[in-house]
Amino acid sequence: MRTFYFLIQGTLPVAVPLMLVALGGMFSETSGVINIGLEGIMLFGSFVGCLVMYFLNDVGADPQMLLLMGMLIAAVAGAVFSMLLAFAAVNMKADQTIVGTAMNMLVPAIVLLYCKIKFNSDSVTTHVEPYITEVPYVSKIPVIGDLFFKDTYITIYIGALLLAIMTIVFYKTRFGLRLRACGEHPHAADSVGIHVSRMRYAGVGISGVLGGIGGLFYSVGVADSNCNGHSGVAGFGFLALAVMIFGQWKPLRIAWASLFFAFLRKVAYSIPLIPFLDALNINQAFYKMLPYIATMVVLAFTSKKSRAPKAEGIPFDKGKR
Amino acid sequence: MRFDWNFDFKRLLPRKGLSALAASVMAIVIGLIFGYFVMLVAYPENAWQGLKCILTCGYSVNENIDIFNKNIANTFFYAIPIMMTGLAVGFAFKMGLFNIGASGQFTAGLYCAIYAGFMWQDMLPPSIHWILCILMGMLGGMIWGLIPGLFKALLNVNEVITSIMFNYIGMYLVNMLVMNNGSMYDAVRTRTRYLPVSAQIPAYGETHTSLNISLFFVVGFAIFLYIILQYTTFGYELKATGFNKYASEYAGMKGKKNMILTMVIAGAFAGLGGAFSILAPSTIPGSSMTYEPIEVIASQGFNGIAVALLGNCHPLAILFSGTFISYIQRGGTVANLIGYKPEIIDVVIGIIIYFSAFAMLMNTTAINGLHTLYQRIQNKIKRTTPPVEITKEEEANQ
Repeated sequence: MRTFYFLIQGTLPVAVPLMLVALGGMFSETSGVINIGLEGIMLFGSFVGCLVMYFLNDVGADPQMLLLMGMLIAAVAGAVFSMLLAFAAVNMKADQTIVGTAMNMLVPAIVLLYCKIKFNSDSVTTHVEPYITEVPYVSKIPVIGDLFFKDTYITIYIGALLLAIMTIVFYKTRFGLRLRACGEHPHAADSVGIHVSRMRYAGVGISGVLGGIGGLFYSVGVADSNCNGHSGVAGFGFLALAVMIFGQWKPLRIAWASLFFAFLRKVAYSIPLIPFLDALNINQAFYKMLPYIATMVVLAFTSKKSRAPKAEGIPFDKGKR
Repeated sequence: MRFDWNFDFKRLLPRKGLSALAASVMAIVIGLIFGYFVMLVAYPENAWQGLKCILTCGYSVNENIDIFNKNIANTFFYAIPIMMTGLAVGFAFKMGLFNIGASGQFTAGLYCAIYAGFMWQDMLPPSIHWILCILMGMLGGMIWGLIPGLFKALLNVNEVITSIMFNYIGMYLVNMLVMNNGSMYDAVRTRTRYLPVSAQIPAYGETHTSLNISLFFVVGFAIFLYIILQYTTFGYELKATGFNKYASEYAGMKGKKNMILTMVIAGAFAGLGGAFSILAPSTIPGSSMTYEPIEVIASQGFNGIAVALLGNCHPLAILFSGTFISYIQRGGTVANLIGYKPEIIDVVIGIIIYFSAFAMLMNTTAINGLHTLYQRIQNKIKRTTPPVEITKEEEANQ
């Protein structure tokens, strides 16, 4: 039971960035823009957020407050950076995959350049420790307290909150309906007076916000509040895309899919601590490959009946029928 | 004397090659301007010198003729892998496949090449050992290209996601295989051991660099690809599928088979790039190129995307764009001396890719804009100056 608690406690902070970024990808794709650049957006959010935490840490604020400040700025940074994609995809009708790739290549270079010049290292090292050993009162609840309120980060509560908000926005608001229409059949949406380009800007912008927050949460939950230019976010942006496809572009399924992937990853990185798997004595590299191989298997089974938005990746042209 | 410059800007548009060249040049210029601004932010006082260094340090640091030759040779040497990955990306792009997995194919080819280099050295005569290593590299890349091709053709999985996943799988797998093999891996130096001399590609001339004869292979491969694309049925079908998947299917072309074949060929090229980069001879006798298993995806694959896009996916143009990217990378390495980091070139490359995604469109807009402007000016001239009477003699002269 102890091992089980340990695995779940370790899974949640990994699952939250995956889930948020996959939700971001969902918003972007349901508006009709493929967002391969999520990896770059994540790293950019993580970089800016970590810088904020680094500079505000000297003031001597509470780690949780620092994290929230960093989160807000990372969201803004992600949104601003994602406008590069929105501009290229909507106004310039460019190939969205190439633009996304360019964004992915740009950010590590910027991070490395800045860190090498400013800190003479490859990463932003913040020394902020927003780790929570125990949440008062609620951690006393028998099972739930052990699972969700011990040895954790504040990020998982924010993640749950954002999941709820985003699900409501997606399904229960006029905006969400219009957004989905723009990805499914933009001409029909246009014919009833919806600004397709504006909607797509909004979709990409939301993916930027969630991508930026997800990037910072990756730094906090996975990388000890650091942002490294070399390892970046270790392909989490791409994994999030796979999670999104696995979740069939639906918020709640995405949440479950991200838990699944995060669990695999947590298992892969804590083999020596799990007696059962440690006894098998399999090379650790196999476990590191596991999330990626699982992605492939999952995609192979889900792609045939894929529910991808029909108009994703196709630039909207008013004159075309 | 009649001054009549009836130049029609719109005539430039249908000339695809020219238009693509202009688009590439524009992307490069914008990329360099942006790089300059980044340098201005970092160290304002050295920025101009930094830009100059990026543009000129690739061929010479000073007047010494030897160093001049050495820099040129180095530019070509470092261009070889990214030209190959550029060909791999560009060839697949002709079919409408975005082969972002060139990195994984590169790493797979690299591993197979060093495997043959270490393991088969006693079995083969030294004269053909290196050729076999290269072929093994090609095979490794082929396998790593085949998998995304199969996933795309048979299971309809987007090749971008597949090949990204296989970048990671390939990187972890190769690192594991290298580190578990005692005759390959030197645990003290955390690198591979030196390859036997028989596995190394013969050097080219007395340049005191690692430039080797594989450069000629690369040129040969580019010509080979050009011939495939331009003069064979397969090439025609491939391009047709790239233009319109459904129309080509309707015309009876076997899209799935072509898709797999394209990915295999693309993978072969990227794998060859990996083999060429690791089998290159070293300048110090008794050593060789080594591979360090770190958990970072090979950058050559991503630079190959820039090379392919800058060359508009044309095999022969990719040779030039590859040389150019390698050239500014050399410049960036030298710019280290005046306080800038080589990553500045990666920033420039990122911007170049970003703008080459829609540079063609920008070009069209720019040319259309010039055309309207030109017509307006001409109309104004027509309105202000009275029409010139053409005399009989002038007419006869004409």
